[in-house]
Amino acid sequence: MIDRRRFVATSASGLLLGGCDRLNNSSGFRGVLRSAEKLTMASQRLVSSRDALAREYSEADLSPIFRSNGTAMPGTPEYAQHVAERFANWRLVVDGLVTHPLSIPLQTLRTLPHRVQITRHDCVEGWSAIGKWHGVQLWRILQHAGLSTRAKYIVFHCADRFGDKPYYESVDLVDAFHPQTLIAWGLNGHLLPVANGAPLRLRVERQLGYKQAKYIQRIEAVDSLAQVQGGKGGYWEDNVDYEWYAGI
Amino acid sequence: MDDAAVIDDTFEAEPPPPPPRRFAYRHRLPTRLWHWVNALTVFVMLMSGLMIFNAHPHLYWGQFGANFDHPWLSFHGRPIPGWATIPSTYNLAAARRWHLAFAWLLSIGLIAFLVTSFVNRHAQRDLAPTADEVRPSHIWHDIQQHARLRFPTGDAALRYNILQKISYIGVIFVLLPLMVLTGLTMSPAMDAAWPWLLTVFAGRQSARSIHFICAALLLAFILVHLTMVLLAGPINEIGSMITGRFRVPPVRSDEE
Repeated sequence: MIDRRRFVATSASGLLLGGCDRLNNSSGFRGVLRSAEKLTMASQRLVSSRDALAREYSEADLSPIFRSNGTAMPGTPEYAQHVAERFANWRLVVDGLVTHPLSIPLQTLRTLPHRVQITRHDCVEGWSAIGKWHGVQLWRILQHAGLSTRAKYIVFHCADRFGDKPYYESVDLVDAFHPQTLIAWGLNGHLLPVANGAPLRLRVERQLGYKQAKYIQRIEAVDSLAQVQGGKGGYWEDNVDYEWYAGI
Repeated sequence: MDDAAVIDDTFEAEPPPPPPRRFAYRHRLPTRLWHWVNALTVFVMLMSGLMIFNAHPHLYWGQFGANFDHPWLSFHGRPIPGWATIPSTYNLAAARRWHLAFAWLLSIGLIAFLVTSFVNRHAQRDLAPTADEVRPSHIWHDIQQHARLRFPTGDAALRYNILQKISYIGVIFVLLPLMVLTGLTMSPAMDAAWPWLLTVFAGRQSARSIHFICAALLLAFILVHLTMVLLAGPINEIGSMITGRFRVPPVRSDEE
């Protein structure tokens, strides 16, 4: 009797677990789960004003050590060359659906009006770190470049590689024109360290950490994400099915 | 089956007449529907949540918290075994898809149930404790009765006893809303939309800790709840939660 009960219990849990794993592998079911992302995004946008600010903290709230995650040192010879030159020849290219494509020397970018904000970085894994960011608001750069009315997304192409795949990320225009969305060049009063994305990284404060692309070389305005890399708008989105909308 | 036993007994002694079977309608449709939606949803939430916990099994108090900071609870490696997670092998992306989709079922179900039970007066009539029930002596009596596994019979079995009321109120009005709100506090977009979330829960990492503690309490509730169902007669209890038809346990002779 006990054995039978145990048998029933183990097979029931086996069925339940096996069932969940099978559902997880079914593309139809994954599609249903995925539809929640659009619902979440639409709802969060609905209850949020377009320019609702992420909380800004005080110096007292700073994390003693701002954790680096993902790539800590892009492994390419080109990047090593830039590090050796202290990024003297780094340029930020702005192209795609813009009327004036730009190639801004890093030195010039650092002289543009900038914003300082102490914000919280939330990793998809669950941890948070608070840092002080210095950078140029993305909307200023897009305004310089003259964004086409056909543009719907801004793509950030990065210098780091995962295997042979380049890291990249993208946001829509709501987040691109948000006042706290920065192309940051400084952290906690210093130039960005390599581990945190030197010399330029994205801050898009209402989304999770994997959206905060590091080592940015090129900003591209596009009308669709389908033609960019794997087509899902980011390295993690393409390769492990993270949500493109990372507001939660 | 009872009837057969009674007939076989006629040899030995005159049996007392079997008490007439009494049925009552015990759970209304919204309660039953919500119960089963939750039975599924809460398990998916707990198991996918434990997979998400595996990604960073350290909990902190305050606004921030990462590897260099001081956790109040911390594990090595991936502490939660595969039989307790969705999916069963490490996959943060998939666990988040499950968690953030079923979170909608949980939240919408909770709001719908709260609204319905105030409108149809389920909350005021069946869940709200009476002045008499909250007397310490009454609560103590109920605890003793439960410890002796003497459950209410007759008409008393058609009402929630005070221990049930306390635990259901705790789950419906405290734990589940806290799960939803602390979950939202972990969302950077919601913190921008509703900055009071961070104030109420004293930071994202505190909210994450409270989320975890409430999940543990919900799990404890489920274990006690399932034990009570088994002890109180699983067929009658589960049947009434499906159909609403409940066989009223006859009053014990020593209670008359």
